[in-house]
Amino acid sequence: MKVEARLLIWLGVFIGIMGIVYGIWSKEWGGTAMLIGTAILGIFPGLYYRWWSKRMGDRPEDRDATMAEGAGRIDTFPGSSIWPFALGMGCWFLVLALVFGTWFVVIGLPLVIFAVSGATAESRRGGDASGH
Amino acid sequence: MVDTLQPTTEHAHDDGHDEHHGASGLLNWLTTTDHKIIGMNYTVTSVIMMLLGGAMAMLIRAQLTVPDGGLVSLAKYNELFTMHGSIMIYLFAGPFAFGGLANYMVPIQIGAPDMAFPRLNALSYWLYLTGSITMLLGFFTAGGAANFGWVGYAPLSNSLNAPGAGADLWVGALILTGFSAIFTGVNLVATIFYLRAPGMTMFRMPIFTWNMLVTGILILLAFPVLTAGLVMLYCDRHFGTHIYDANGGGSPVLWQHIFWFWGHPEVYILALPFFGMVTEIIPVFSKKPLFGYKGMVFATITIAALSTGVWAHHMFTTGVVLLPFFSFMTYLISIPTGMKFFNWIGSMWGGQVQFTSAMLFSIGFLLTFLIGGITGILLASPPLDFFTHDTYFVVAHFHSVVIALVIGAMAGIFYWYPKMTGRFLSERLGKIQFWLLFGGGLLFVMPGYLVGLRGMPRRMAVYIIDPTWQNLNIWSSVGGFLMGISMLIFAANALKTMKTPKTAGPNPWDGHTLEWFTTSPPPHHNFYSLPNIKSERPTWDYFHPDAPALTHDDHDPSHVPGAVKADAQ
Amino acid sequence: MNDLANSTESAIAPTSKNRPSRKGLGWIALAIAPILLSGCQIPGFGINQGVTETSHKVYKLWQGFMVTGLIVGGFTFVLIVFAAIRYRRRSNEIPRQTQYNTLVEVLYTVIPTIIVGFLFYFTIVVENPEVALVSNPPAKVKVVAFQWGWRFSYPENPMVTVVGQSTENPELVLPVGETVQLNLSSLDVVHGFYVKEFAFSQYALPGVVNKFDFKATKAGEFQTQCTQMCGLYHSLMYFKVKTIPAADYHQCLTNSTSGKQFIACANNTTTALYHRNTATQGAPVHHG
Repeated sequence: MKVEARLLIWLGVFIGIMGIVYGIWSKEWGGTAMLIGTAILGIFPGLYYRWWSKRMGDRPEDRDATMAEGAGRIDTFPGSSIWPFALGMGCWFLVLALVFGTWFVVIGLPLVIFAVSGATAESRRGGDASGH
Repeated sequence: MVDTLQPTTEHAHDDGHDEHHGASGLLNWLTTTDHKIIGMNYTVTSVIMMLLGGAMAMLIRAQLTVPDGGLVSLAKYNELFTMHGSIMIYLFAGPFAFGGLANYMVPIQIGAPDMAFPRLNALSYWLYLTGSITMLLGFFTAGGAANFGWVGYAPLSNSLNAPGAGADLWVGALILTGFSAIFTGVNLVATIFYLRAPGMTMFRMPIFTWNMLVTGILILLAFPVLTAGLVMLYCDRHFGTHIYDANGGGSPVLWQHIFWFWGHPEVYILALPFFGMVTEIIPVFSKKPLFGYKGMVFATITIAALSTGVWAHHMFTTGVVLLPFFSFMTYLISIPTGMKFFNWIGSMWGGQVQFTSAMLFSIGFLLTFLIGGITGILLASPPLDFFTHDTYFVVAHFHSVVIALVIGAMAGIFYWYPKMTGRFLSERLGKIQFWLLFGGGLLFVMPGYLVGLRGMPRRMAVYIIDPTWQNLNIWSSVGGFLMGISMLIFAANALKTMKTPKTAGPNPWDGHTLEWFTTSPPPHHNFYSLPNIKSERPTWDYFHPDAPALTHDDHDPSHVPGAVKADAQ
Repeated sequence: MNDLANSTESAIAPTSKNRPSRKGLGWIALAIAPILLSGCQIPGFGINQGVTETSHKVYKLWQGFMVTGLIVGGFTFVLIVFAAIRYRRRSNEIPRQTQYNTLVEVLYTVIPTIIVGFLFYFTIVVENPEVALVSNPPAKVKVVAFQWGWRFSYPENPMVTVVGQSTENPELVLPVGETVQLNLSSLDVVHGFYVKEFAFSQYALPGVVNKFDFKATKAGEFQTQCTQMCGLYHSLMYFKVKTIPAADYHQCLTNSTSGKQFIACANNTTTALYHRNTATQGAPVHHG
């Protein structure tokens, strides 16, 4: 996890320095704000990963390890789910509402709410209906 | 000697969930969360988008063979080039690379059973598909599709100058595909950070995966800016704000800043995946490890870091940007990009270069990208940019780059097609396609440079009567049509394989990375077994245990080239 | 024994091992030769010198960049093609699995950096005077772009304003041998002011006044048009730039009471010059 954290932090720091130089030199605040924001987008998750790297120590994928060391359960992967499709359609109708009028919201918004709660419930159950 | 292990994955539905046991084909397709199926969906959809965008390009090129056009009206022409650019950038190049091939290959290359967030991955695809449909819907509205260029420069894209629903559909489509890209970026980064197989350290990841990681990070840095900018544009159009409106105290240049702050990292979001593909392919078909692997990784990261600081080189002629800063940063970014060429050359050097279609396309990519890169250096100089800005020189420059990307995409398809389908594309058709695409591409861009230097502006439905301009345009159009024919050959090639038997086997190219260790196509959750990972070439190490990559500056005199014989697999 | 091995290796090395690079060098020399032989007669690579002081400098910069680009690009091109052909597959042997070579890697990092440093230096040398403004220009023109045409007004004589829409092809008259400052802005959307022979373009932005100056060196007439996509009739937003001797320019400007008169006067004084210096390539198309 150390390399991952460093990658993000240094990207952020570099962009931050660039942002400071740019801001002082150009006095153009739009670009400066975007650069500083981008720097934070790099540093923030970077620090989070750094914190995790200290907590977790070296994982088998961070060092020279054999396959056997990673044996066991990796994670739960949902096999199939209708909710992404439902959510996608809901978002689509919401965007179409931006163009063709608010009545699309009548379909879109309930669909989004329904899909988000459905997906959340599915996660709490742990996977899809055929899950464990 | 080399131990492999039975699958270490457990998942929620070993108990019966399988593609073959689902209710029906359509329902399976709608509910799938398998990264391979989603990757295939992305690939097929984006290739269809490329063919659509290409068809529009054919109309544009036909219009430009005569000065006074006549094939399409001025209004339709504006819609055509806007949608050509939008489709190729937003709906083809990016989604093909990070949604299609990366979605399919990255989890397999790092030995993971799936993407980290399979349902989010499926959502990405549905947002991309609906976004694509939304953008194309513009053609069926009364006012026609968006018509302000794919960059949507602010005062021209406001409600006064672009009142139609087509423009709103364009904005909506970009918001949808923007979120789709962000979700894919999150997924790629999380997958690569958390789901690598044991022993697969960061510096043992295949270079394609490295490129996709950096692409994913760049997506996360850049796309939110575009989406925010689009929301503000929508507010300007409908809610009476004046963010980009000079008459209301806003700034049209702000849109250009926001757009290009996304737009230049986007150039690398588009390019890096294809760099990654050819960087996988060239060493495999040279039977050598990638030359300067670590340098290549650092070059890629450097490109990502610098790419956020070069956006205003698209805006040199606005007169309100800091010229030396952006010129300097642009020159800097050319260094890591240039270094990659020598990595590629070094990988071929002293190898056994096998001219399969995938390799031919890769070399074609290098040569075409070289032209785009060199002219890019010219454009990084503000005085030369003042001279050529908004002329066909610029059009030819970025088409050199994106045609290189299309050639790279073909390399990727020919390389991974056996893995994804178990079938080979016809090599003979592939080579015919290569020469048409490569030759047509060169024939398309070269006259473009010349006519640009003679002063022909871009985005012109009609142009002044000048025999030289017309002749150059005709040559360009011939090149464009050759590329069109090459795509038809590709479509025929892909359709033809549907009838061929699955003969590819797990490792047809003697590949280096983990995807060549599993069956073609891979099973649900990808692996039955995995080799131990000791370098960035686990599959090669497994099949050629006596030919590992030489460590740094290994000048062992007993190690005569060719002394190591190929061992039978 | 050790000596023998060494000597054998050194004897073999130049012929077998180093042959590729020798050959490569030969090709590079071959590529550079025409440029070296032609000496100062560097070609224009598709452009000409233009008609302002800046455009002459840009022309030289362009030549320098093109020569560098052709050498670097040619070198890389030859290396790619050479590597692919020279090392094409000949057997099933596994080649030496070289992955790193510190010297080569350092070289291909350092040399491009140096080249790029030079390019940046020369860029700045040309750019700084180009964007710098003369403090007290002897002539001034206000250029306003709109959908889809141009308005040129001359503060020297407020009565003189030339307005023209798209195919009316309005004329912008500028003096030769005298610095003229242009104030460029737009009424509606972004337009592009571009004169090829001046090697210059600038956006006409709404809400922003862009200032830049020219010193023309030659009289002539130059057909051009808006370069930035600006809506339906973008491709028909023509204008013409005419440079006339400075004395005539000021005389016409003071003697005219309207834009029409000014253009007629300018045309009169330069009729003889057209035939010699016209650098335009064609007439605008009249689209129905």
